[in-house]
Amino acid sequence: MTARPERIVVVGASLAGLAAAHRLRERGFAGSLTLVGDEPHLPYDRPPLSKQVLRGLCTADTTLPRHPDLRAEFRLGRPATRLDPAARTVELGDGSRLPYDRLLIATGTRARPWPASEEAALDGVFTLRGRDDARRLGARLQAKPRRVVLVGGGFIGFEMASTCRDLRLPVTLLVRDAVPLAAALGPRLGGLVGEVAREKGVDLRLKTEIERMEAEGDRLAAVTLKDGERIETDCLVAAIGTLRNVEWLDGSGLEADAKGLRCDAFCRALLRDGSVAAGVFAAGDVARWPNPHDDDALVAVEHWGNARAQAETVADNMLAGDASAMRRHDHLPDFWSQQFGLTIKLVGLTEGADAFAVMHGSLEERRLVAAFGRDGRTIAAASIDSARWLPAYKAAIRERAPFPPIGDALDQTRIRVQDP
Amino acid sequence: MSGSTLFERILDPANRANPYPLYAEMRKTPVARQEDGTYVVSTHAELARLISDPRISSDDLPDPRKFRWTGHPVTDLLVRPVRAEIRKRHRPFIFRDPPDHDRLRAQVMRCFTPERVRGMRDKTQRITDDLIGKMRGKGRIDLVDDFSYPLPVTVICELLGVPPEDEPRFHGWATQLATALEPNQRDDAETQARNEVCFNEIADYIRDLIKDKRKAPQEDILSDLATDRDGMNDYDLIATAVLLLVAGHETTVNLITNGMLTLLRFPGHLERLRAEPETAPRLIEELLRYEPPVHYRTRLALADIPVAGTTIPKDAPVILLLAAGSRDPLRFPDPDRFDPDRPDNRHLGFGGGLHYCVGAPLARIEAEVALVSLVRRLKGPSLVKDPPPYRPGASLRGPRHLPLALEGVADE
Ligand SMILES: Cc1cc2nc3c(=O)[nH]c(=O)nc-3n(C[C@H](O)[C@H](O)[C@H](O)COP(=O)(O)OP(=O)(O)OC[C@H]3O[C@@H](n4cnc5c(N)ncnc54)[C@H](O)[C@@H]3O)c2cc1C
Repeated sequence: MTARPERIVVVGASLAGLAAAHRLRERGFAGSLTLVGDEPHLPYDRPPLSKQVLRGLCTADTTLPRHPDLRAEFRLGRPATRLDPAARTVELGDGSRLPYDRLLIATGTRARPWPASEEAALDGVFTLRGRDDARRLGARLQAKPRRVVLVGGGFIGFEMASTCRDLRLPVTLLVRDAVPLAAALGPRLGGLVGEVAREKGVDLRLKTEIERMEAEGDRLAAVTLKDGERIETDCLVAAIGTLRNVEWLDGSGLEADAKGLRCDAFCRALLRDGSVAAGVFAAGDVARWPNPHDDDALVAVEHWGNARAQAETVADNMLAGDASAMRRHDHLPDFWSQQFGLTIKLVGLTEGADAFAVMHGSLEERRLVAAFGRDGRTIAAASIDSARWLPAYKAAIRERAPFPPIGDALDQTRIRVQDP
Repeated sequence: MSGSTLFERILDPANRANPYPLYAEMRKTPVARQEDGTYVVSTHAELARLISDPRISSDDLPDPRKFRWTGHPVTDLLVRPVRAEIRKRHRPFIFRDPPDHDRLRAQVMRCFTPERVRGMRDKTQRITDDLIGKMRGKGRIDLVDDFSYPLPVTVICELLGVPPEDEPRFHGWATQLATALEPNQRDDAETQARNEVCFNEIADYIRDLIKDKRKAPQEDILSDLATDRDGMNDYDLIATAVLLLVAGHETTVNLITNGMLTLLRFPGHLERLRAEPETAPRLIEELLRYEPPVHYRTRLALADIPVAGTTIPKDAPVILLLAAGSRDPLRFPDPDRFDPDRPDNRHLGFGGGLHYCVGAPLARIEAEVALVSLVRRLKGPSLVKDPPPYRPGASLRGPRHLPLALEGVADE
């Protein structure tokens, strides 16, 4: 690798891309910096889109603050279409070609579209990822649809359900699994949030799926569920997961697929033969990297905090020269969500958890800190409306403390280990 | 005090003006055991961790007779208004643990609504303008006595709903409380007796005030607390009111005074604040890191806590040296530089965890209004003495006086 980069190109002008740009300048990078984005907007923030924006509390213009001295060129409204790692160039949709010494791939994910494309095209069927989606959906909600049908039992679906209830809209939430939010929070906490949602008037349906949609002209009119029930609706939002924006890397030789763009511990992108693609790094939702907190299992973390932290690791490593001066990305995933008046925070990843314990508070009070264990070690912790102790659990997870991690603590009743 | 151990030297008033080199020494041992079994924690990562560790109690405070370095005059002070047998149950909430802490704190938080705190800006500005107006025609002032001290006391009186005619008495008590906070004073029998009288007076006063508020509630915090339906009992109410009085000004005095001192030491930053008052919020965050009003807090370990290769044993007192953590070079590049443009300034100035300062938003407003107004209106201010004389306390650290020479005072 060349010792000192002069031209840095960032593809994906969003959270990770901008955070990396900031860090590069902070660390004294004085060369040329170009951010390419297929959206026409300057970098903006996504978490408010499913919370404040739809509620009308703020506009969809959630532009992220830019350092006044960023000196970056933004190429917006056009996608990168091709990468040639040997020639070190990125080609854009308008045919132009950008040479780079270092490249950051931060193209994130997009909302998984509704699988039946004719249904997906109906007026009244939405997905939510970007600010234009939020603006359109917000306008529709302000126009008071008769009922909102939400599909998907993840955080975004739940946050939207909460917003709809704040707007006093009737809402049906369809979840394919037996318990909502289980992938992130485990069945017990997921079940708790589901209960709260029901109390707040959400018509929550578990183990259901849509059989088909009905249209009147090109407008959505109703959905029929697998069990035959028909629900009239003119507004449906599919929050059924994401797809990684890696198609533009086809033909580049990089190892990228639906699971993400594969990186090494320093966030350098890898070629299919396992070698490092010189000068190419990745950060944010698109990247898949060996997580030191999970025996170097490859993970992609689709959280705000990781996008920022990983961007900073990458910026440092871009300027580091060679691998001996680079640092590992050892960010511990953390995540927050607000819905139905609850603040939920999560550190670590609960995947594969085989043990669960409420450490403070209780499920009944709906105020608690809980820990998750696997093979006798602490791997994650979650809090509902009481995040103040969470940093201590974060430290315990980093150290892979025996499970349950922190005993003899304040306001702790007897710790009972149970299934997650 | 002829200091032998490092922490003794930190407590020695002779080192009050610049404890930071000692903090740097201290950080070489992130968790340092003192000879009496107290543990001093001084690095950012370890502090950030312990301050939100559920095995660290604020309630079971160590016995100062056993642990000489943890003497906690503030506790004594704040619990003195209630009789000994109920003392323990009626500590103010900064000296309590969940679940009582959470309940009491939540009740106070309900009164500190963002609207109410924001609403204090205009009043703070008015009080500030008054105080600065009184400096007209003086070639020399003492910023502490003439400004930094009266400002927050007046603000907290207003918030609590202390009638204006009683304010002078409140100021008097506040001054007495402040002297009582100085550790060297507390062994002296006469001072102790005087403090005792002061506390009984203030407790009686608040008790009467609460009665009035219940009869005729007004737009103030005491009225809210006194009429809260699932409210506090009277002991808790008194303890809370005294806490808000003490915590609400003892710290802000130092924030404002340290702020002006720092600006006068770095005239470039003073000029910048004058020209760009919108930079005040970041400047104040940096002040909270660089010259924080609260330097350490004392806690107690409820269990063996392994941290940074040491195990703090159960029942050991723990001193969280927050001010040292805020200057930790592992967390803040070039930590001894005053740099309001510092990114990611996660200082420990307001503490953290469960006990994160309730008054933080108010303190920010007071400091902002005060500093912006001072730099705008004081003409040619200069330090008469640098370093200024400090109050002896090492925990709530700040100048006792800050004499300034002035060329004049500009109009509002
Ligand atoms: C509605 C919503 C709510 C959320 N709430 C939370 C929350 O509460 N907490 C939390 O931790 N996380 C939350 N997240 C997740 C968080 O927003 C993401 O983790 C974060 O945005 C990831 O940043 P990124 O920069 O990696 O990717 P993205 O933000 O996805 O940015 C990638 C950018 O690259 C662009 N792009 C894609 N392909 C190309 C190409 N070929 N050429 C040029 N540009 C391209 C994309 O259009 C996009 O602008 C939420 C996400 C959404 C959508």
